[in-house]
Parts: sequence; structure tokens; C-alpha cells
Amino acid sequence: MVPILKQGHVLIATIMAALSDEDMRQFREALLDRVVTSRASAVIIDVMAMDVLDSFATRTLREIAYMTKLRGAKTVLVGVQPEVALTMVQLGLHLEGVATALDLEEGLAYLDRVNRRR
Amino acid sequence: MQQTHRDLLPIDAAVELRRELVAHLRENRTGLREEWVLRITGAQLLRAMTNEEIFAEATSVYDNYVEALETDTLEALQAYARSLSERIIPRGVETDEVVGIVLLLRDVLARSLFGKYQNNPSKLNRVLDAYEPAANRIANTVAVGFVQERERVISQQQEAIRELSTPVLQVRERLLILPIIGVVDPHRARQLTEQLLRGIRTNRARVVVIDITGVAAMDAAVANHLVQTVEASRLLGADVIVTGLSPEIAQTLVNIGVDLGKMKTMGDLQGGIEVAELSLGYKVVPATQAEAAV
Repeated sequence: MVPILKQGHVLIATIMAALSDEDMRQFREALLDRVVTSRASAVIIDVMAMDVLDSFATRTLREIAYMTKLRGAKTVLVGVQPEVALTMVQLGLHLEGVATALDLEEGLAYLDRVNRRR
Repeated sequence: MQQTHRDLLPIDAAVELRRELVAHLRENRTGLREEWVLRITGAQLLRAMTNEEIFAEATSVYDNYVEALETDTLEALQAYARSLSERIIPRGVETDEVVGIVLLLRDVLARSLFGKYQNNPSKLNRVLDAYEPAANRIANTVAVGFVQERERVISQQQEAIRELSTPVLQVRERLLILPIIGVVDPHRARQLTEQLLRGIRTNRARVVVIDITGVAAMDAAVANHLVQTVEASRLLGADVIVTGLSPEIAQTLVNIGVDLGKMKTMGDLQGGIEVAELSLGYKVVPATQAEAAV
């Protein structure tokens, strides 16, 4: 459903359209499996095509970030649209502990900076 | 379907009555106009205008009024009401004053009709039947015209203020500043946020400095909007530094218990920009030192 590509040590998952709760759950399983099998050090989730991030989606993203962290990998959320961001903060949905970047390119640049610092 | 009294009269008779009415108002133009002006000044209306101005406006309102009665069309009166409103709104004339003077004119004219036909009650009734609906429509038209003009002016000004008040400026690549000046209400806060988010995306900003030196007061609602702005920016991958919190505002925020713990703050705009530059990897040194280093 959601393509997950591997680029070096980074997994890139691009959500192409709105996902149902069930799809979201499957996506979480698939992504965590890939983190384990591919020994990735970071995950970038691109939500550019999503018009809405509801409470379930937000929670799932937070869970993904937390679980990948337990596997020693970092999660970066990229491509949140301005309107989506506005709606999220108005609904009180937070993404603490999830790094964010403007788009895929910025997300990769962010991971570069973090790795260099290490 | 509801029928007015006027419709109950034979058409010819109605036209005839109206012609008589208009002739009467034309004949007594000077006297009636003066009485109206006296009533206006007596009621303390239009205090923003001088007596000469009131008299001049009263004359043209009177003539337009009689003409509207004669032709039974409101277009000319509507246009006049609009231009009158345009002239008097900037001088602070209120809605109740405009409605008041039109109603006064209606009363003055009605009184004169009473006086003229008091010996002929049935004629008086018919004249009033012809006069009242027309007079009420005219009063309505003038009042609505005034209110519409006022609303137009207000919305125009609001738009202008809004456009002026929210510049999102890029000071370095990836670094935006957003100086906020004046009163922040929920509507403006939302607009600020939207504009900032758009700015972040188009300029690909990574750090934003929001300077609130020019914000005089802050309450819980505005503080929460600020928190939301910061969080929304972060969702787009930009860090926000808030600068220029005055001691008074800092105190208010502590007193009302708004949690700004998640926000990065610096004392002034300069400090904020320095921190932002640092986090973007810039280091600003005087040119002489830079040469020495090379």
C-alpha cells in the first residue's frame, strides 16, 4: 500500500493518499519490519499527499517514531502541508519526539547534519 | 399577497394625490426646510457639522426627497444617499443620527399635511395613504445606504490594516523574521500563522524569529495562539525563536500560567538572530578579523 524504499541507511516511506485506520496499522507493521530487516539507521515518512492528519494517524506516527527509536533508528516526518499543520495544532495534536522537515530533501539534509555531529 | 393602502386606491386618484402632495411640498419648500433644520439642531443631531453645512445638506436631501416622491423611483435618492454617506462618515456621523434626521423630515412633512387638510379628514386620510408608504421606503433607502457605505469603509480599512501588518521577511537564506506589531486578535493570529507557514514553505526556512517587541499586551488566548504558531511551524520543520517579550508580558504569562516551556526565547531581536544564525551554521565576524584569519 505504502511504498518503502531504501536509500543507503535510510528508509523512505511515501504515503500517497489518505489512509484508513486499518491501512495505517498495516503501514506501521510493514515499516517496523523493514527497519528490523534492513538495519536502517533512519526513517523518513513523507506525508506530502495527505490532506488530513487525524488523531489516529498522529498517534500512529508517534508510535512509529518511538518504536524505531527503540531499534536505534531516527524518524523524520516530512511534507506536512501548512493547512494540515494549522488544523493539527488547533485540534491539539502533537508530535513530540518526532523530528520534522519541510520535504524529502530537507529531511535527508537534516539526517546528514545529525550524523555529522555524531 | 399583502396589499398596501396605496394599491387600494384607483391609480388615477393615487397619481393625482401624489401630484398634489408634491406641489404642496414644493410650495412650502423654504418654510418646511427651515423647520426641519431647526428640529435637527434642536435634537442635537449632526453635531459634527456646522449649521451652514446642515442647511446645505438638508436642502439637497429635501429636494431629493420630493423628487423621489414625485417620480416614485429611488435610484437617484440611493445614489445621493451613498455620496452623502461618503462625505459624512469620515466626520464621525453615526447611524442613529442619519436615521434620526430622515425620520424628522418625515414627521415635519406629515405635520404640514395635517395642518393643510385638517378640515377635510377623509382627504387627509387618502393623502397620508399615498404619503406614508413612500416616505417609509425613502427613510429605509437612506438608512440602508448609509449602513452599507459604512460597512464598506470598515471592511476596506480592515483589509488594509491586515495587509500592512504581517510582513514575513527573509534576513538570510533559511532564516525568516516575523515582527508582530500592535494588537493581536484571534483572527489576526490565524492570519499571521497562515502567512508564516506559507513563508516557511516558499523560502524553505529552517529557523524563524518571531519578534513581539511591538505587542503591548498579551492574554491567554493570544499566548496560546503563539504556542500554536510555534508548533505548526515545527511541523513544517522550522525552529521558532520568540524574542522581545517585555517584562510586563513575561509577568502576565507567568501569572496566567501559560506554558511557554516548549518555546525558545531570547531577550531581543538581535539575540534571536544571533542564535538563529548559529544554528544555521553562520558565524558573523568583523571584516578585518575575517581577513586576518585568511
